[in-house]
Amino acid sequence: MSSTVNVALNVNGVEHDLAVEPRLLLVHALRDQLGLTGTHVGCDTSNCGACTVHMNGEAVKSCTVLAVQADGAEVTTIEGLGTEDDLHPMQEAFWNNHGLQCGYCTPGLIMASTALLSENPNPSEDEVRHALEGNLCRCTGYHNIIKAVLDAASKSASEVSA
Amino acid sequence: MSIVGDPPTGHVGQAMRRKEDPRLITGRARYVDDISLPGTLWAAIVRSPEAHAKIVSIDTSAAADYPGVHAVFTGEDMSDLGGPLPCAWVPPGVEVQNPEHWPLARGTVNHVGDPVAVVLGDDRYAVVDAAEQVLVEYESLPAIVDPEKALEGGPFVHDSIGTNKVHEWSLPGGDVEAGFAEADTIVERRVVNHRIAGAPIEPRGVLADYRAGSLTLWTSTQVPHFVRLFMALLLGLSEDHVRVIAPEVGGGFGSKLQVYGEELLACWCSRKVGRPVKWIETRSENMAVSHHGRDQIAYTKMGAKSDGTITAFHVKIIADFGAYNMLLTPLIPSLGAFVMGGCYKIPNVQTDITGVFTNKCPTDAIRGAGRPEATHMLELTLDAMAHELEIDRLEIRRKNFIPKEDFPAAVATGVVYDSGDYVKTLDTLLQHVDVAAFQQEQEQLRAQGIHRGIGFCTYTEICGLAPSRVTGPAGVGVQAGLWESAMIRVHNTGAVTVYTGTSPHGQGLDTAMAQIVADKLGVDPQVVEVIHGDTATGPEGRGTYGSRSLATGGEAVARATDKVVAKAKKIVAAELEAAPEDIEVADGKFSVKGSPDKGMAMADIAGIAYIGAVPEGMEPGLEETTFYDPENFVFPFGAHACIVEVDADTGKVTVVRYVAVDDCGRAINPMLIDGQIHGGVAYGIGQALYERIHYDDEGQLVTGTFVDYALPTAAELPSFELDRTETPSPVNSLGVKGVGEAGTIAASAAVTNAVLDALRPLGVEFINMPLSPMRVWEAIAEAKGGAA
Repeated sequence: MSSTVNVALNVNGVEHDLAVEPRLLLVHALRDQLGLTGTHVGCDTSNCGACTVHMNGEAVKSCTVLAVQADGAEVTTIEGLGTEDDLHPMQEAFWNNHGLQCGYCTPGLIMASTALLSENPNPSEDEVRHALEGNLCRCTGYHNIIKAVLDAASKSASEVSA
Repeated sequence: MSIVGDPPTGHVGQAMRRKEDPRLITGRARYVDDISLPGTLWAAIVRSPEAHAKIVSIDTSAAADYPGVHAVFTGEDMSDLGGPLPCAWVPPGVEVQNPEHWPLARGTVNHVGDPVAVVLGDDRYAVVDAAEQVLVEYESLPAIVDPEKALEGGPFVHDSIGTNKVHEWSLPGGDVEAGFAEADTIVERRVVNHRIAGAPIEPRGVLADYRAGSLTLWTSTQVPHFVRLFMALLLGLSEDHVRVIAPEVGGGFGSKLQVYGEELLACWCSRKVGRPVKWIETRSENMAVSHHGRDQIAYTKMGAKSDGTITAFHVKIIADFGAYNMLLTPLIPSLGAFVMGGCYKIPNVQTDITGVFTNKCPTDAIRGAGRPEATHMLELTLDAMAHELEIDRLEIRRKNFIPKEDFPAAVATGVVYDSGDYVKTLDTLLQHVDVAAFQQEQEQLRAQGIHRGIGFCTYTEICGLAPSRVTGPAGVGVQAGLWESAMIRVHNTGAVTVYTGTSPHGQGLDTAMAQIVADKLGVDPQVVEVIHGDTATGPEGRGTYGSRSLATGGEAVARATDKVVAKAKKIVAAELEAAPEDIEVADGKFSVKGSPDKGMAMADIAGIAYIGAVPEGMEPGLEETTFYDPENFVFPFGAHACIVEVDADTGKVTVVRYVAVDDCGRAINPMLIDGQIHGGVAYGIGQALYERIHYDDEGQLVTGTFVDYALPTAAELPSFELDRTETPSPVNSLGVKGVGEAGTIAASAAVTNAVLDALRPLGVEFINMPLSPMRVWEAIAEAKGGAA
């Protein structure tokens, strides 16, 4: 086995020092070393987006980031977004709108959707569809995912105005 | 002692949020790859890069010496297996060629991806490195890829068989030749339904743990009970010592309705090395070796009177099975044959199927499994007939619809359609789609060089797979009963656990079943937990496929619950000094009719049942099991319309509108039904426009990743417009039918008919899927008479 290098990661607000192979993908560091299995792997070509997490506030595909590239970064995974007792509004919107079926793509889609709204809080349907084209879902036909994202956007807009 | 609050009533029919979702939206669900056991070895599989070759030698020494590698095995090491991988379809009176199919190849490889060796080691990455060190010397053999050429002669995929023909199977109904003799017009088409991938976003995965004579296998499957049976048989284990668990499963679409070599391989390896063994499929492996679907070439022939009355429909199908028969491979086209007459009253319908081996990945059930193909053949040929007779496409459909007063309707293919009202779904569709207005707009746009088209598909399908007497060994020939089981356990507190033999993987069955049980028992659905996918927790089951889980599994749950209710009524009757038949369930209470004040909640009844203060002669406890085998299939139906725009310069097709009206019987949870239709339609649009598993002439897989295999994204698809009619099924007490495949069954025909409608003014008479820009552009160029 190759030699390891040390990286420091802040994941969901907790500091971690990890010894990793230089080739270790961030997604495998999260899953296999930190036990954060909510981030999934669905392809080997960066097409499906099931592994989407936030790195320093931006959505990245964690299968396309080496753990060493994330050295010093703040990473948020689905586990850090909200819990069953305190759901993030996007999680709530996916639930309310039946925006998931098998759930495998869902963490990635929720992470990509929250990143979209932080850049564009009031997107059109077309903007949502194009913003999420890097996340594949085989179950829903995307209909209810789009509805969920638009619902989350309108709810946060009404909260801001209220 | 009750933890159950005042329950609401009337959950059936409500769009209740899913019970499954909290764990899924928070990343707390556990799929196979999320499960770790101490001491686990990772497996990486060495696969054939050749489509067809003799294995001359395998040198595993370098891989075995690789740091972190524990063992390397080849097919020769596995001589102790009880037999090859199963094909469970043995149709009576039909000869089916069934070549041996092993978890690791023995002597030859027959398609790209065929497994040759397995490497076990401590680290996920190291085993992949080591697998590259396995040196396999191949002697290439000629590959056969085109199924029609494969039928003409060699090269043979399996030399020992001496033919590429797998089988011939026919379903004659009426007399098609007599029907053609009566016809005024005959229309013939060659309809190609190309090969597609199941492509669930979770690839397959297995974790096998053999310890102290017992085997536990976690596997991403739709059929844990079937997998257990075959693991026991093929490994020589007693079935009670084998436990198979389908944990959270990330989609299946039929591709996980299988007994896969990797499942057997991981179990065999775990026993061999005495440690848990985990294999997680990569996407590239998934595209190459998880079974594919469709791949049928159909020669269709329809006869009709000049008024549009269809007199006969005859279809000859060449079905490409790839290199081996897997669990149900040769059965799949036959499933379509039973509904080859669709929702039309056609007295003479015949389907003749020829199965063919080629040097490609095997095909088997993929969402719809034979019925999307049949519907595509019928609906495209019917549109061609309407065009030929200059009859409106919807009028010819109306003219031939089986009228609602004919139900239950015995049709030419030998089955009895349970219920239907095809006029109603079509009329409902037309409330949403103003065809005349569209056609006016179509003309205007055409003048501007914009080509829009509208396509329709009216369909019925056969699902709710069961009944055993029809599907089983003496009938269609599946070597298993297709009943379903359920066990209902009311706990001390009145909380309820439901064990279902189905194995849902995204459909939302936990929620739908909880709604059914909650209403019957007068409890809150939140205290009804549904357990599935674990052979150790409940009765023997059959799994989730063929849109069966509600019509068979849900009905089993309903019937088991009815048994609980009957016992509960006796307990209540004794307590309230009334007759059991006078007890009713209302507002969350079991009470005497007319005296709702003195009722007892499920918690009170369960308390009596478990304390043992039950009426004399009654067993304590409150738990019941049912095995339900339906009398008939169920036949959902619907009417879909699709509007497309075709860019005549580039050939690009865009779906502008998609409107679907479906009838799957009584709606238990309309939100779940809509979700199934959305996903099903997207699946059909995906096949029609984007997706294609393509092998080159040498049998190399060209579309082996998500870069090359174009799953539709959110940017390609429209929002869907749905409506529903509810025609209850008389087959089960719930009145339900299946809905998981309906959208897929209808969509590819609706899309293709829409594209043809757009292209007809350009001279294009027919086109086969996938309607990629290149194919559409070529069709336009060819119709113009110019060179492409």
